[in-house]
Amino acid sequence: MDATIKKQLEIQACKIRMGIIEGVYNAKSGHPGGSLSIADTLTYLYFAKMNVDPKNPDMEDRDRLVLSKGHTAPALYSTLANKGFFALDELKSLRHIGALLQGHPCIHIPGVDMSSGSLGQGISAACGMALSGKISNAPYKVYAILGDGEIEEGQVWEAAMFAAHKELDNLVAIVDNNGLQIDGAIEDVCSPYPIKEKFEAFGWHVIETDAHDFDKLEAAFDEAEKIAKQPVVIIQKSVKGKGVSFMENQVSWHGSAPNTEQYNQAMEELNNTLKALEG
Amino acid sequence: MSEVVKKATRESYGEALAELADKYENLYVFDADLAAATKTGIFKKKYPERFFDCGIAEANMMGVAAGMAATGKIPFASTFAMFAAGRAYEIVRNTIGYPHLNVKIGATHAGISVGEDGATHQCNEDIALMRTIPGMTIINPADDVEAKAAVEAAILHEGPVYMRFGRLAAPVFNNKETYKFELGKGIKLTDGDDIAIIATGLMVSEALTAAEELKKDGINARVINIHTIKPIDKEIILKAAEDTGLLLTVEEHSVIGGLGSAVCDVVSESLPTRVIKIGVNDEFGHSGPAVDLLKEFGLSSENIVKTAKEALGK
Repeated sequence: MDATIKKQLEIQACKIRMGIIEGVYNAKSGHPGGSLSIADTLTYLYFAKMNVDPKNPDMEDRDRLVLSKGHTAPALYSTLANKGFFALDELKSLRHIGALLQGHPCIHIPGVDMSSGSLGQGISAACGMALSGKISNAPYKVYAILGDGEIEEGQVWEAAMFAAHKELDNLVAIVDNNGLQIDGAIEDVCSPYPIKEKFEAFGWHVIETDAHDFDKLEAAFDEAEKIAKQPVVIIQKSVKGKGVSFMENQVSWHGSAPNTEQYNQAMEELNNTLKALEG
Repeated sequence: MSEVVKKATRESYGEALAELADKYENLYVFDADLAAATKTGIFKKKYPERFFDCGIAEANMMGVAAGMAATGKIPFASTFAMFAAGRAYEIVRNTIGYPHLNVKIGATHAGISVGEDGATHQCNEDIALMRTIPGMTIINPADDVEAKAAVEAAILHEGPVYMRFGRLAAPVFNNKETYKFELGKGIKLTDGDDIAIIATGLMVSEALTAAEELKKDGINARVINIHTIKPIDKEIILKAAEDTGLLLTVEEHSVIGGLGSAVCDVVSESLPTRVIKIGVNDEFGHSGPAVDLLKEFGLSSENIVKTAKEALGK
């Protein structure tokens, strides 16, 4: 990847992380850990990969993204706001009464392609969009982001079987493998491992990558595009809470909001990261 | 009613899909390994490229249909009522209902008349479940003519629709030439001010037979067919309550949460009126021939007549 573009993406990702913290802090609730772990992926997709137009969010042949791990809505909202789908200020009223931004993704929000949040369901909807694209010979791709804990839901594997059987090669699933779910480490709660072998057995093309390295993300999504007759899953090794030191790899930050002191510290860290990148 | 033609509404459903496919090119059909039973197989045979079997995975099927609807197509998702409304309830609520997507759910084998398969497959609670989902339209057609008209009405309606079809062959009493389906509007089938029998689905023809019997004893029963359970026709129910002062609801569904409950909701708020509910009481069904089960569970013209007479003190 071109060094300038890479730096621009890193700057954008940092701004998106700041929006996540802003949103969750003002909401006094939400899920910062898993939002921060997918911030780079969403940055890459919306700022370097997907064919979307913030001025025309319902564009017929746009690429679609279903945030199957819908509780990490702050990451999607911050990305969409930074992309220009709605004002950045909306992030401050996330989860408030009368606000545009609901606790989990809602299809009526500009740029949100599917309501989601009840785990395991988004991937099925993504399959439906991909199938529809196939039927109509539409040029769009469908991306679905799943949590590694989420794939404990049985419906994910119903969808996995379906996508492979229907040869949905316009579908790319991303499993955000940050290793943590609410009750602890995924291998301790009810292990979904081995993830790679499971998807391979279900007939998917599997790519493993690093969720926080734009060169590797680019390589992964480029490879995904070359695969025919098979759906692709990108298993991305990620760090829950990535970018905010005290949130990294801490399961306690799965679903809790920072207090004012923690908010200030998080924003200071991200500001420093931003300055270093821009400097 | 001699020489009455009988036909299962699931058959009408499958035929309607095939008949309407050319007119509505955006129509696609999903099934979950039950195409032979839900009769979507009729559509599949004619339009294989517009039919998708999801295998025995109803939850995924509902989600896939939602995703397709989000791209502007009109998907019909078909399986037994037990799995459509029961197993897949939460997917229907969250991924179809909440985003208010244009998915049509074709649920067959509803009610006790599933027969020999027994309690696990006799879904007497689907109307109750679907009624709780905001924005969900629920249609329970009474015969072949109404079922076919309902399918087209569902296509023309923007938003999620739950359609309930039966396995058992039901008398065709509507006239194809003159019948008109209006979503959300009940149909007054007979005049009468002594009692109003408000029926839905398979029970409408039983209600008509009961009204004929009652007439012999000088009781004039008004029979109302409620094919759209949600949104329900408040006007026709309140008028019946006002004119008769006694409502008898009849449905092949649990007395909890179905048509009877919906009618009670209407009258209790605006015009408190006595409502007697005939339906499956708070119990599971069991195996047996459908016709015998219907009689055993009181879902018969005989029981309607008996209940009406008791209520009227005659």
